[in-house]
Amino acid sequence: MPSNPAHAEPSALVGQAAHAEQPADAAPQPIGRPVIEARGVSKTYHLDEIEVHALRGVDVAVHEGEMLAIIGPSGSGKSTLMHIIGLLDRPSTGIVAVEGEDVSAMLPNELAAVRNKRIGFVFQAFNLLARTTAQANVELPLIYAGVSAAERAKRAQEALARVGLGERLRHMPNQLSGGQQQRVAIARALVTNPSMVLADEPTGNLDSRSGIEVMAILQGLNEQGITVVLVTHDTSIAQHAQRVIEIRDGGVVANRIVVDRTDAQARLAEYLHEHAGDNAGDHAGDYTDDHMGGLQ
Amino acid sequence: MNLVESFRIALRALGANKGRAALTMLGVIIGVAAVILLVAIGSGVQQEITGQIEGMGSNLLFVVPADISAESGGAGGGAMGAGKSFTLDDADLLERQLGGDALVVPILQGAARLKAGSHSMRAMIAAANQYGSEVFTSDLVYGRGYSRSEYITATRVAVLGATPAEELFPGQNPVGREVQINGERFEVIGQYAKQGGTLSGDQDNRVYMPLTTAQRLLSVSDISVIVAKAEDPGRIELVKHKIRQALRPSFGDDITVFTQEQTLGILSTLLGTLTVMLAGIAGISLLVGGIGIMNIMLVSVSERTREIGIRKAVGAKTYDIMSQFVIEAIVLSVVGGAIGILIGWAGALALKTWIPTEITWWAVTLAFGFSAAVGIFFGVYPAWRASRLDPIVALRYE
Ligand SMILES: Nc1ncnc2c1ncn2[C@@H]1O[C@H](COP(=O)(O)OP(=O)(O)OP(=O)(O)O)[C@@H](O)[C@H]1O
Ligand SMILES: [Mg+2]
Repeated sequence: MPSNPAHAEPSALVGQAAHAEQPADAAPQPIGRPVIEARGVSKTYHLDEIEVHALRGVDVAVHEGEMLAIIGPSGSGKSTLMHIIGLLDRPSTGIVAVEGEDVSAMLPNELAAVRNKRIGFVFQAFNLLARTTAQANVELPLIYAGVSAAERAKRAQEALARVGLGERLRHMPNQLSGGQQQRVAIARALVTNPSMVLADEPTGNLDSRSGIEVMAILQGLNEQGITVVLVTHDTSIAQHAQRVIEIRDGGVVANRIVVDRTDAQARLAEYLHEHAGDNAGDHAGDYTDDHMGGLQ
Repeated sequence: MNLVESFRIALRALGANKGRAALTMLGVIIGVAAVILLVAIGSGVQQEITGQIEGMGSNLLFVVPADISAESGGAGGGAMGAGKSFTLDDADLLERQLGGDALVVPILQGAARLKAGSHSMRAMIAAANQYGSEVFTSDLVYGRGYSRSEYITATRVAVLGATPAEELFPGQNPVGREVQINGERFEVIGQYAKQGGTLSGDQDNRVYMPLTTAQRLLSVSDISVIVAKAEDPGRIELVKHKIRQALRPSFGDDITVFTQEQTLGILSTLLGTLTVMLAGIAGISLLVGGIGIMNIMLVSVSERTREIGIRKAVGAKTYDIMSQFVIEAIVLSVVGGAIGILIGWAGALALKTWIPTEITWWAVTLAFGFSAAVGIFFGVYPAWRASRLDPIVALRYE
């Protein structure tokens, strides 16, 4: 099993301890050119008389090929930010630019086309279609991309095999475990070969084992050159990314490079080693084989 | 995304909720079946009645002592509630004036109680002169019709229609038997063949007798209507003119002479209106069925808000969502319409035993087209609402 626990960042400048005091404009050097930028983005919800400020003047740039984690406590605006970056939602004020181009003038259908072609979403609540097979769920973005039925089936099966679900094509979401559903959601996100995958709490509902597996998949995707944005409240999950942006109460409070990055493959190997005796059952062997074959 | 995909998605969604889809369709099924059935009855009756009138021959003229051409279409019936009635003198006058141009047949109708042995029943009296058989066209099974001398002497002789013959003398030849009509004793001299029941009255439940006899029996001196049968169909307008002239001194303009064509025209208009009215009433049930579709589509859209959010998030465009839901509504209404056509058709065939029905292509086309239109019309609004949903709002929907 190939793994490299010391997957350190060459440009690790800022230590973890100092992050809270780190001002946003002293951001570490970008890894690639910015693909999506949010400049001065605010989002305000009006509930009757009350104004809820989900985001207050956020500046975030997502760089090509990086693995970025957005971290913050519950209600801090992480999901809101991810939806805005993913062109699902529009900011109340501020600008979102894709490759330098402001998208505020784009029509809903144009945004849908950009999402369809370039962005894959993994939602906090899976958001799979009920009573619809895993394969049909994964085919969904391809339907709207105008891919033929035969080609769709082939690509959906490949994507499911990539996340280790090659044997679960005909299962409905309610016949799959939480981890398997999350992996179907990941397969759906990557079936269009997007340049960017946005994952909101991809491990939120999973046990530690499934969580590690999902992180291994995301890291694998990133190694293949796909930009990954990971939203989480969990610092140990954020540790899998190359860079972390921390938000609180709708504002960016830290932007740092991860030192001592966690390698999910290595952790998975450790985990399997530790639990070799007690949990040798169903999804141990076949999954890792499947999955490693697909990602390497 | 193309239409084939929209169809697949719509069919799968309907398949996931078969019971509800079936109940929604039921509204359309009932509406379409009702349109087809009611129109079939309307046109069936229309055909039957016009067929009967045509069967009388094209050279008949019906003379009624009232100016009724404007409002009503009944001919050969009762005295239409006019102030003045015809008497036999008027008929004689016409006979003299028309000479060889036309046969003049005065007709009197009335109600009768028939009794033979222990059997008794009600029937209509149809009385005329010796030319009555020229107007009441039917074949004799037994015996003969009444003669001129029997007409002149008002002899109590009767020819039975099929119904009284069967009821009073089942399985027998009634000729020579005695029958009591309104308490008077009559000799049966013949029996007519069965003509079949129609909506314009039971042609078989009749007893035929000389008009003079009927006048005495019913104690009237009036006659209901005078029928003139032109010898030459080509001179029918001339006969009509002569009739008017002959009757003008005593009746002025209060005379209506229907040619058979006019009778047909009036009846057709009347029955046509009735048919359209029936179709309209049935159309309302179709409309209700359409509202049912809209209702279910609105429920379906709000139930599937999350699904819409997911589809939009992964790249569905406004018209992708729109077409998905519109097609769902169209499938409901078109399949419902097709089933409704089958049921309406089958019902019309089944009813044929009792009521004349005629399945018309225009009713089928109209019902089907209307149901499809209803589907589109009532499907568009819910689909439009679905397509306008904001993806994030839809995804957060519980
Ligand atoms: N549609 C909405 N209407 C009103 N307020 C909203 C809406 N969506 C989000 N909010 C508010 O915006 C704030 C940020 O929400 P968001 O979902 O982005 O938080 P989060 O950081 O993702 O939290 P969690 O970790 O619990 O998922 C919250 O206070 C939330 O109540
Ligand atoms: Mg969230």
